[in-house]
Amino acid sequence: MRVLRLLAIGWLFHFKMIMRSAFDGVGQVIYPLFFATVAFFVFRAGDSPRTLLYVSLGAAVMGMWSATSTTAGSAMQRERWQGTLEALVATPANFALILLPVTIAMATIGIYSLVATLVWGRLLFGIELHIVHPLLFALSIPATVLTFGALGFLFAVCFVRFRAAWALGNMFEYPVWLICGFLVPLTFFPDWVRPISWVLAPTWGMNAIRDSALGGSSLPDLAMCFALGTGYIALGFLVMDRMLRAARERAALSLT
Amino acid sequence: MTSLRLFFVGGLTSYRALFYWLSPTIYIPSLLVAPIFQILLFAYIGRSAGLQSDLFYVTGNAIQYAAIPCLFAMSQLVSGERYQNTLSAILVSPAKRLPLFVGRALPVMGNAAFVSAFSFAAGCLILGVSLPSGSIPGLAVVILVAAFSCTGLGLINAAISLRVRENAVLSNVIFGFLLIFTGANVPIPELPGWMQDISHVIPLTHAIQAARELAAGASFASVTDLLGTELAIGITYLAVGLVLLRFFEWQGRKHATLEQL
Repeated sequence: MRVLRLLAIGWLFHFKMIMRSAFDGVGQVIYPLFFATVAFFVFRAGDSPRTLLYVSLGAAVMGMWSATSTTAGSAMQRERWQGTLEALVATPANFALILLPVTIAMATIGIYSLVATLVWGRLLFGIELHIVHPLLFALSIPATVLTFGALGFLFAVCFVRFRAAWALGNMFEYPVWLICGFLVPLTFFPDWVRPISWVLAPTWGMNAIRDSALGGSSLPDLAMCFALGTGYIALGFLVMDRMLRAARERAALSLT
Repeated sequence: MTSLRLFFVGGLTSYRALFYWLSPTIYIPSLLVAPIFQILLFAYIGRSAGLQSDLFYVTGNAIQYAAIPCLFAMSQLVSGERYQNTLSAILVSPAKRLPLFVGRALPVMGNAAFVSAFSFAAGCLILGVSLPSGSIPGLAVVILVAAFSCTGLGLINAAISLRVRENAVLSNVIFGFLLIFTGANVPIPELPGWMQDISHVIPLTHAIQAARELAAGASFASVTDLLGTELAIGITYLAVGLVLLRFFEWQGRKHATLEQL
């Protein structure tokens, strides 16, 4: 119960903080709209069999990832700059339980981006949103948010000793957009790319959202989201212990 | 002589001081890897949508990505000084503003041209796009002109940074705006009329068009009018940027807001 309370309060606290940040709260919602607009124009002008709704959903999930990747990379760095990292590490609670709600809160901001992109597509390009399985669609969104948050958590943990973590977070924005099937089906990529896509939860989150909206079975995708999300968190807990121990041994926790 | 010294020595010194943090661990992911993935993203979107060739997206995105170093670095000229508490010392000095700020823009321009050329070459290699060998010197000139004109837009961004504190958000918004309007990824005729009108008066549009024509085998002489237009746009934006810098500096002094974070 105490763990759940810590996660819930941490999520609420960071969600409110992010909402007051112009860069994370506003910028991360507006920025993906530019990419969505380009995608709408490109697909409208091209001769692809894929519908604009397919593109709209893909662009919407791009925004969700954007909200997570850029900020997750710098989650630890921000604590360093604010001088709160050592205090957080020193608390009796496992540090991973403090960091996890931060990245989930970031991923939650992605819901704003998702809604904004779908509304943008409807108003400017006349893309109507017809959901074939509304219940599964409603389930797919929080599942995708949680798995994005879990992947962001793993990123944040892995980058804990990297001073320029925000740059790495930025760098992972495009690759995930590219290889997770948001706008380009995986069949377009060389064979060696597909296993990489499969171990990235955004691939399955995208599939779940798209299948539930366009008609298809999204339950296996949701199961993959759950499995991968759990795996990321477990791996994050393991890596976190090693990273923190190494940082303490080298007295490198607060170095910027 | 003082102006020349301010232009070259002052420009280089301030660039080194303001970008001391731009280590390889930041430079490589942000300015070398990210543009390659932007090119790949749009090239594959183009394949998926069945619109245009890889060359179209390599050319458009490599040149458009010059906007990142131009916009962010130029706004850093103001926000970095403000952050280090040196902005008022700079603005209170009697130094002429033209060599002061344009000198600072010169290294930014050089960096933008390098990023653009690197991503162009890397995009061509990865996607297997071949260029006519004779087009390479012309493309180098186009990249330099594109970097210059975008730096003009960057100077406007720097001026606005004297008033707008969230210059990272502003720079991202301008970058996104250029992504749509310059025709980097969407052929200009596919845009609505009012967007086409805007695209003709913003930096990078004509440079991208010139680069695409050169890459398709056109002679350098045939794109000089496009380059001339791009250069004129760059000079206009640079002039507007300098005027805006003066205006916002005056406003900042009047309202005592120069160093407000």
